[in-house]
Amino acid sequence: MNVICVTRAGLSAAAAFAALTFAASPAVAQAKKDATPAAKPAAPAAAPAAPAKEEEPFWAVGRPKGDATKSMAPVPAFPIPTTADKLPIAKIKLPPGFKAEVWASGILDARGLRQGDKGTVFVSSLFVAGKIYAVTDKGGKREVKTIAEKLMLPNGIEFHKGALYVATPKDITRYDDIEAKLDNPPKPVTVYDKLPGDVPHGWKFIKIGPDGKLYVPVGAPCNICEPPATHAQIFRMNLDGTGVESVVKGMRNTVGFDFHPKTGELWFGDNQRDWLAEDMPIDELNRVTKTGQHFGFPFCHSGMMTDPQFGWGKDCKDYVKPALLIGAHAAPLGMRFYTGKMFPAKYHNAIFLTRHGPWNRTQKYAADVVAVFIDAKGNAKMEPFLTGLVENNGYLGRPADVLVMKDGSLLVSDDHNGAIYRVSYGK
Amino acid sequence: MTETAPRSVRRVGVFPARACLLAAMLLVAAATPALGQNAAKRADACFACHGKAGQSQTPETPSLGGQPAFFVVAQLFLFREGRRANAPMTAAAKGLSDDDLRAFAELIGKLPPPAPPAQAGDRARAARGRALALERHCAACHNSDFSGREQMPRLANQREDYLLKAMRDYRSGARVGYGNAAMPEAMAGLGDADLRDLAHYLAHLSAGK
Repeated sequence: MNVICVTRAGLSAAAAFAALTFAASPAVAQAKKDATPAAKPAAPAAAPAAPAKEEEPFWAVGRPKGDATKSMAPVPAFPIPTTADKLPIAKIKLPPGFKAEVWASGILDARGLRQGDKGTVFVSSLFVAGKIYAVTDKGGKREVKTIAEKLMLPNGIEFHKGALYVATPKDITRYDDIEAKLDNPPKPVTVYDKLPGDVPHGWKFIKIGPDGKLYVPVGAPCNICEPPATHAQIFRMNLDGTGVESVVKGMRNTVGFDFHPKTGELWFGDNQRDWLAEDMPIDELNRVTKTGQHFGFPFCHSGMMTDPQFGWGKDCKDYVKPALLIGAHAAPLGMRFYTGKMFPAKYHNAIFLTRHGPWNRTQKYAADVVAVFIDAKGNAKMEPFLTGLVENNGYLGRPADVLVMKDGSLLVSDDHNGAIYRVSYGK
Repeated sequence: MTETAPRSVRRVGVFPARACLLAAMLLVAAATPALGQNAAKRADACFACHGKAGQSQTPETPSLGGQPAFFVVAQLFLFREGRRANAPMTAAAKGLSDDDLRAFAELIGKLPPPAPPAQAGDRARAARGRALALERHCAACHNSDFSGREQMPRLANQREDYLLKAMRDYRSGARVGYGNAAMPEAMAGLGDADLRDLAHYLAHLSAGK
């Protein structure tokens, strides 16, 4: 059945027709006809003006009609974490010499990972739990505490000088001396409360750079649109919330970035738009060489294609090309440069990058951790590292962040199961 | 949060409201025994408001028949975590274990889906509702027959007054969705007449559509 869609203007007459393409603008209608040859051409209903604001869920704008896309809605985690005995640990594949074990489980919606000076592992969550957790290691057994709850999309966390920073779409707060107060966390101090607060791509990944500043993205508040001047950027600020400045422009939605241990350069993943095609655009890993660079959104995607709606009159040459294309809809999330000593030398200063796995693609893939190797010139290539979590076109688990532990092992969070795995090398 | 006891219950339903609240309190009081042991007793507390055969006779209280398991678990989870502003359900879900959530989902999964209302719907209203549903791509998530799947509920033959209330609450932000912001955004820009027509259409769906 072709799902028909009409605007308010053409409601009465057009509703009777079997198939009409949704036309936000003539360019979009044309692009859609080209992109979806199965759709019949639009009947001569009055062509509507482009809507001033989106009427569908932001992530659905551009979605083609028809049953092919029926199974593509965002995939939230189940509200109950998977019990330890049911975790897909036996399915995980790693390069020779590496092994994976369950490090902690029962952590609903486990996402971001940071480690305190005393070894506490802090874990954030996003769509389901609204909590921040603290995991302590008591003689080999992990104990999970909830240190904050009922927060709005609190994906972003960072640890610095004894304090835990928590970032939501609206604000950044700080819990001082947190490791000494896990059972009775202090009231958080407000660091910055003027973030735009949009839900679409408003959730955060935050990190303090080698310059001592806090890096905070503000994603594009849409699937595809011309973003306001306040959005689609990575900002940095002093730790007291002053001195906010824009570092990166043309960024759609980054949920993971880190700073090269030698060059200090910022490398960030960028989730590209949905509802364009199964295999385009391709998600990006970008390298920042100076402030004020524009990485393409919404005009140019993946360094290679101008957007069918917003790219007219634009040239991809005018925007910074990605350092690496990491897979269509693969969904890069948390990433870290490996600075440990446990893994073989080839991984030194490589990036471990999580790919959450697509929702906006019929064939599921990724849901893994890749290793990205960068040469002296900044050229990057990637290799599979932790795989095995895609089965029967579904996910057994979905990595969301990594953390290099003091002993050089690598923690990997899996929000799909509410678990954290530990990857080690050697004995 | 503006979700309160249903207006119509407060106006009219002395018996239903009191029975529902009492049932919810009984459920809380019986929280200690494992769900498996006392499933029948605890389920009776649900049925007091939601109806025994999957079909609710209580104003603004949804029919549970035909609801996908993930959806049931997700909503009970939201009630348990205090994330939905609904006093009787928050009381009913308080202290439920994760196993309880699963057990309820299984129990509810056995209920037959609600039947269409005896009285046929207003054809013009249903046609307007159908057009709106197509415009908003409701079927892309809720299925072309609105039977629901995963975390997305069955809408077909749900109580019309409940559908209207739910849509109003999503639109105003009084109700949060599970796991994403899809529902508030799907409702954005719709007028109250639109919501009434949508609710009418979905409540009166028949097998042949």
